[in-house]
Amino acid sequence: MRNALLAISLIAIFAFFLYVAVNPGDFGGNTGDHLIFGEPRYSDMDDYFIHNGQNQTGANNIVTSIVFDYRGFDTLGEASVLFTAVLGVGVALRLLRRDKNDE
Amino acid sequence: MLLNLPFITVVIIMALGLYAMLFKRNLIKIVIGLSLIESGVNLFLVSLGYRNGGIAPIYTNAPSTNMVLPTPQALTLTSIVIGVATTAMLLSFCMVIYRHYGTLDSRKVRRLRE
Amino acid sequence: MSKIVRTQASFLYTFILIFGFYIVAHGHLTPGGGFQGGAVIATGIALVVVAYKFDEIKRRIKKTSLTAAEGIGLLSFIIAGISGIGVSFFYNWLANSGLLFGESVPYGINPGYLNTAGTLPIMNLAVGIEVLGGLGVIVLYMLHFVKGGEGNAA
Repeated sequence: MRNALLAISLIAIFAFFLYVAVNPGDFGGNTGDHLIFGEPRYSDMDDYFIHNGQNQTGANNIVTSIVFDYRGFDTLGEASVLFTAVLGVGVALRLLRRDKNDE
Repeated sequence: MLLNLPFITVVIIMALGLYAMLFKRNLIKIVIGLSLIESGVNLFLVSLGYRNGGIAPIYTNAPSTNMVLPTPQALTLTSIVIGVATTAMLLSFCMVIYRHYGTLDSRKVRRLRE
Repeated sequence: MSKIVRTQASFLYTFILIFGFYIVAHGHLTPGGGFQGGAVIATGIALVVVAYKFDEIKRRIKKTSLTAAEGIGLLSFIIAGISGIGVSFFYNWLANSGLLFGESVPYGINPGYLNTAGTLPIMNLAVGIEVLGGLGVIVLYMLHFVKGGEGNAA
């Protein structure tokens, strides 16, 4: 019973995703909001970065200038996530070693 | 329709990951399914930012100035590192569970819990 | 592992480290950056972990130094962000200023000059140190578990 329900929901999700990926027409009633590979719909912000990033940050690599300058807060959060995950791994495996010594 | 091949690949990868997460009982395989879904999301973000005939957004000795969108690539970089961190943490928890219960089967672990 | 693997590992370890540092240092000119370069250096650590016995690894790589590298990397990244607090957090005050990494870059396609981009190379270096510490510590923790569990698996 549970497996059948899971299979039905999996197939439904798969069919929905596939319909969105394949159908190039207007989806959701908004004409023009389609998904075509190679033609991004909105690119004003990225064009601004491409044209002005070199003057404003001095870096040739636009991706680096976005990661460390325009979106610096994202990178700060990501670095702290990595730090916290390493702390979590250390705590979990230290728990493991203490567990083994008890037996 | 065939032009959307990267998006179809994304759908297949994410369906495989979802299948592994829903139907497998081994905890390691569930973690593998989560990683597959992460890979699908990363591929989706990068292929959203592709522009026809574009090159990587780097000006050093670039052959042209028609560049792909840089913001999805930067956020995908963030996503990859967070994925590595969460995968390492999940695997270490799997190691703790195996040492504590002696099994990786999620149903048996649930039954053994006191 | 066998003697062939050990010899090749000690030979390749230096080059992997140099390549990773190159990727970190040229992060603002070529594909790459702090995260990727740190991951490459952590690959070198993983190579040593695979190739050698446990005591040898303990002698070659200190876990405390890797943990310290992680903390120092995150701390210097935050300090490099705070140093532009006169205008805003993460303000790139070194770019086009003529100081360290402060040369102005010619607009458009150029061959790439190392002494540009302001605080970005400093942040790249900080994040590279942090990532190499974090991933190396994860690899060493996993090794500890394997060694403690099933005898001398290394």
